[in-house]
Amino acid sequence: MASTPKSTYWLGVREGLPFLLVVGPFALLFGVVATEAGLNVLEALTFSVVVIAGAAQFTALQLLQDQTPVAIAILSALAVNLRMAMYSASLTPHLGRAPVWQRAFAAYFLVDQSYALSIAKFEKERDWTVRQKVAYFFGCVTPVCPMWYVLTVVGALIGNTIPPEYALDFALPITFIAMIAPMLRSLPHLTAAMVAVTVALVCAGLPLNLGLLVAAVAGMIAGAQAELWLARRGVTGEVRT
Amino acid sequence: MIDHHALWLVIAALGLGSFGLRFVFLGLIGDRQLPEWALRHLRYTAVAVLPALVAPLVVWPAASGGEPDPARIGAAVAALLVGLATRNVFAGIICGFGALYGLLWLIG
Repeated sequence: MASTPKSTYWLGVREGLPFLLVVGPFALLFGVVATEAGLNVLEALTFSVVVIAGAAQFTALQLLQDQTPVAIAILSALAVNLRMAMYSASLTPHLGRAPVWQRAFAAYFLVDQSYALSIAKFEKERDWTVRQKVAYFFGCVTPVCPMWYVLTVVGALIGNTIPPEYALDFALPITFIAMIAPMLRSLPHLTAAMVAVTVALVCAGLPLNLGLLVAAVAGMIAGAQAELWLARRGVTGEVRT
Repeated sequence: MIDHHALWLVIAALGLGSFGLRFVFLGLIGDRQLPEWALRHLRYTAVAVLPALVAPLVVWPAASGGEPDPARIGAAVAALLVGLATRNVFAGIICGFGALYGLLWLIG
């Protein structure tokens, strides 16, 4: 099917929609937690609009509540967000040729969901043009990011009324695992994931969330080395499905 | 309670810093060709970062006070296996939640 930028945009919107189920509760929860920490609605909303990164926002809020020095709170939250630099590098071969203003907007909207959806798509649709890829990226963002703002406000207004029995804390792990699984299509991809998981668990005690970065780098090196090893043997390692 | 001056400082610094991290490669490298060794590592960014992000959340979930929880581990395994078998993200999400609520109900 020949797809235009317009159709890849709407494809992105459709494929981004299910992630409201993840981002929605997370945003609500941030609004709730922010209110409990003493932020007013405007402060909670500004936080979500300016930073637009749930895990980093929760980290900063938690540390501020614990009376941590401001510099440490900022550095810790930025460390949580260091993975965004990896996402940025990973998308550069796909979006790097877009105009700089589009790349600036893409950078602002670069979140776990838009990254995971886009990179999975771009690796599958190798003949897409830059315009089609940019359109798909902004399509994914369209249902997810505005609701991040809106539901932060709703959460700040309703306060703590979501019962813990819904186990919404686990929405993020489930959706990410479901997103990753179809990407594990070759031996190097599997190797990268298994090494990353192992190192993440071993290094979970490192301060400033550094375990995540060590694990990510170890996984990337493992994947690259597995690819080279297979290439030397003249096989690609693609998993047949 | 939170010191509101500190809060605004954190919001501003975090906003600038986060944008910087997101823009650093997309914006500054742009259409310059990355070397092959860099591309080879970048191919595995997603399958390394996202599992590393999730693994501790699965094994030591905050909701159970950081203790391993059979329902959450079961849900993670279900989402992984269904995702691998069907190559369909949404099927993995549905089955993950199904397993989570089923196991929470069974185990109580």
